[in-house]
Amino acid sequence: MRVTLTVNGRRHQADDVWEGESLLYVLRERLGLPGSKNACEQGECGSCTVRLDDVPVCSCLVAAGQAQDRDVVTVEGLADPGTGLAPVQQAFLDAGAVQCGFCTPGLLVATDDLLRHCPQPTDADIREALSGNLCRCTGYEKILDAVRLAAARSGETAGER
Amino acid sequence: MDFLRPASWQEALAAKAEYPTAVPIAGGTDLMVEINFDHRRPDALLDLNRITELREWETGRQTVRLGASVPYSRIMEHLRAELPGLAQAAHTVASPQIRNRGGVGGNLGTASPAGDAHPALLASGARIEAVSVRGTRMIDVDDFYLGVKRNALAPDELIRAVHLPKATGPQAFAKVGTRNAMVIAVCAFGLALHPDRRTVRTGIGSAAPTPVRARVAEDFLTAALADGGHWDSGRPPAPSVAAEFARLVAGAANPIDDVRGTAAYRRHALGVLARRTLGWTWQAYREQDRSPACA
Repeated sequence: MRVTLTVNGRRHQADDVWEGESLLYVLRERLGLPGSKNACEQGECGSCTVRLDDVPVCSCLVAAGQAQDRDVVTVEGLADPGTGLAPVQQAFLDAGAVQCGFCTPGLLVATDDLLRHCPQPTDADIREALSGNLCRCTGYEKILDAVRLAAARSGETAGER
Repeated sequence: MDFLRPASWQEALAAKAEYPTAVPIAGGTDLMVEINFDHRRPDALLDLNRITELREWETGRQTVRLGASVPYSRIMEHLRAELPGLAQAAHTVASPQIRNRGGVGGNLGTASPAGDAHPALLASGARIEAVSVRGTRMIDVDDFYLGVKRNALAPDELIRAVHLPKATGPQAFAKVGTRNAMVIAVCAFGLALHPDRRTVRTGIGSAAPTPVRARVAEDFLTAALADGGHWDSGRPPAPSVAAEFARLVAGAANPIDDVRGTAAYRRHALGVLARRTLGWTWQAYREQDRSPACA
């Protein structure tokens, strides 16, 4: 079947999609967007997290056909091509929250969504928002630091305005 | 495999009548796992995402009609006052990503004994609105679960909504797992106080082939609360009453040994959850529903 959807603001079309295929597979293998990672394929690890119509979901659990005519934002859509890395991405680098990097795209999408809805999160807010993303390298402390750093920087920017 | 994308509820019912083996997919949080691992290869998927009314709810005077696909995250945000037990259970479902997709209709359709919504549905006395081209029938939640992953739906039926009585008293849900997020229940328990009728109802999850009520425990506690005048006095039931309630709840379970826990552990833990949820709900009853000055 053919699936037409918007990804990171661009209209995409994929042909010969198998009906049981996931949105994650379409993104990675058919649209050339390998940022969203395929790890558990059962919604446990969050590495494939994308925004579907502005709501974070595991793209491995969305059937490709369910994404027809819908709006998807992947980790590739976070950075601004003009200004470079998104503040969340820069904060992850600066805080040392990236080790092997496999979980990072999902954590970035989840963190980006958290800070959109809750610009100054408490530690409990952060833990709750990232509870669906597993990382086997960092022990999470640097990731929590990164989210706090991103929130603090956006607070400073807001204060300067 | 076919992928059916009905644009309306009527189209969905027609498609389910024409292709009774088509498997409905809404949040996909159970079904896509099975497809990804090639444990299941349905003839057809019936996508319900285009049917907007499944994601809506109506709050009536006494009942909430909850669309089958209302995501758990919306239940947590918007229905905590009306459906506190279900809202608490919703909060324990997996992770934010899963709660943004999954809903009660899927839990009922899958009918896993470990589904997090079931104890709250049993404790509140929910009814399931099952619809086909032949018409609509309301299935009492007590009659819905038939076996492990088997339910009372006919092959041509879809779940339109779940009708839940608005809470008239405190409700609680508690679940045992190896961590606080992203965990399938080792066992779970829901308790609802119904002060309007001076009864209590319960629901046990993950500790029998189906979700079940602990009816003997309910009858015991209902009688003990009446005999002791507790609904009027607000005094908490005696520790011996709570202990007997816990013992009867544990006895109502019919658990197995599996990778998540032993039968003995599940029984023990259910007793603990029963005692705790009784303590929490009774404390809330005293604080919310009674004047603090009347003692």
